[in-house]
Amino acid sequence: MQAEAKRLSPSIVLLLSAALALASVLAFMTLGAKGSWSFILSFRGAKLAGMVLVAYAIAVSTVLFQTISGNRILTPSIIGFDAMYALLQTIAVFFLGAAGAVAVDPRLQFVVETIAMVGFSLLLFRALFSGASRSLHLLMLVGVILGGLFRSLSSFLQRILDPNDFVVLQDRLFASFNTVDANLLGIATVSTVAVTFALWRLSPTFDVLSLGREAAIGLGVDHQRVVTFLLVLIAILVSVSTALVGPVTFFGLLVASLAWQLTPTASHRFVLPVAVCIAITTLVGGQVILERLLSFNTALSIVIEFFGGLVFIFLLVRGSAR
Amino acid sequence: MIEIQEVTKSYDGNAVVDRVSLTLPAGGLTSIIGPNGAGKSTLLSMVSRLMPMDRGKVLVDGLDVSRAAGDVLARRLSIMRQDNHITARLSVRDLVAFGRYPYSKGRLTVVDAEHIDRSIAYLGLEPFANRFLDELSGGQRQRAFIAMVLCQDTDYMLFDEPLNNLDIKHAVETMRLLRRLADDFAKTVVVVLHDINFASAYSDRIVAMQGGRLAFEGTPEDMIVPSRLEAIFGVDCRVHAVGETRLVNYFE
Repeated sequence: MQAEAKRLSPSIVLLLSAALALASVLAFMTLGAKGSWSFILSFRGAKLAGMVLVAYAIAVSTVLFQTISGNRILTPSIIGFDAMYALLQTIAVFFLGAAGAVAVDPRLQFVVETIAMVGFSLLLFRALFSGASRSLHLLMLVGVILGGLFRSLSSFLQRILDPNDFVVLQDRLFASFNTVDANLLGIATVSTVAVTFALWRLSPTFDVLSLGREAAIGLGVDHQRVVTFLLVLIAILVSVSTALVGPVTFFGLLVASLAWQLTPTASHRFVLPVAVCIAITTLVGGQVILERLLSFNTALSIVIEFFGGLVFIFLLVRGSAR
Repeated sequence: MIEIQEVTKSYDGNAVVDRVSLTLPAGGLTSIIGPNGAGKSTLLSMVSRLMPMDRGKVLVDGLDVSRAAGDVLARRLSIMRQDNHITARLSVRDLVAFGRYPYSKGRLTVVDAEHIDRSIAYLGLEPFANRFLDELSGGQRQRAFIAMVLCQDTDYMLFDEPLNNLDIKHAVETMRLLRRLADDFAKTVVVVLHDINFASAYSDRIVAMQGGRLAFEGTPEDMIVPSRLEAIFGVDCRVHAVGETRLVNYFE
């Protein structure tokens, strides 16, 4: 009974995380602003939009992926989405050369990559579900194996690549929140809004899906159709975030774990927005600390991993004390 | 009425359920008994469309379960499985509320709230309503899942080994509850049971399976006789009449 008294209400957690997200956005836009506001707003605004999109895409895709897999440690990267992205980039540089790959319109590249990633997830899913066994865990395992295959193929191609091309490729494969590709913002926003609309239509099923396949079917959810559709939407969101900043994996896990832990209910109505707010706070707030306190001396991914590690230790200690 | 017609399920050529045809009339409590691997749970999974069948068809009030819309069927038939592993941290009330999903799609109405309260009260779960499932004992958790099925308020309710891991007190309470569902609410209850004596004491009808096939079906008086039980389970046993109930002694 004591535990009940201590629990915050879900709305308060949501409000607090939204306030934090808003505070970091404001800090990012205003701190250390010198000179013309119109320049600052447009320069920082584009960067901010990119980061918010990435935060949203990663938070939502990871939480939903964990819901349909019934596992709180899995992220989309486990079924090879990130490795697939790296392979696509490698193939592009390998066959087009560094100059050719740079010359390709990034929007075209985004569309091709997204289609490839959606096709990959559909193929994986169809192949497994048409067979006798229909286990999500098998899907995960096949994804892990395929991810390994993609990684090996990428590293093989990278080994025989021209060193100059390799430098260009390496630059593309490192996650960087500082160099958000502004050309892609428009198409990434449109994709994200479209995905969000589709997710909105599916949203009543999320909580039911977290009960597991059989309970969901028992309650009348067309499990196979909904899960297939969700995987496609997740693939698009992963494409958005990887296209904008490159592969970031640990971030999704961190944000989703925090959201599940901090939200006193398992209802997606609260967990999803809380996860998005935490993601924005971490990414944008982290960027502020990076730019203003550390004057660009380190990479944001290091900051995120540092705070992520602290929070994980805190959660572990608190969990064992309870 | 549940009509099971020539239903078959096989893995690698081995039929787990082999051309089973069975009609379960509406109302009453039917127990499905049989040794391990007889195909009881598989049959129940196919009836409740959790598992596709290789051949045959199942009609629930004329609705083909493989074709009917999921939510239409979810308002007619509910199932409680034996392994209810849930990763989400849910309170008892949250779980029971899921029973209303087929009706309200997650937006609970006043009517839904009444159903939820009634189901929680019916299973005596009020003191635990706001506790999380992982803070409950096995028996309380089992009752929470039964409350969810009750909340789904379907004409047909299937239970796959609901007495697993329950002590005698909770097992008896659970069976009495299922009996009341059939008697007071005119539900059609189908239960997979391992304990023949529970089946004998609480059922209107007993269906026996063996080796993937339907072995016998009938009233407890027809079924609880040494010759049939020995044919089903392969154990010598004696049947004693205690009051109106027949009890099986398979210990000697």
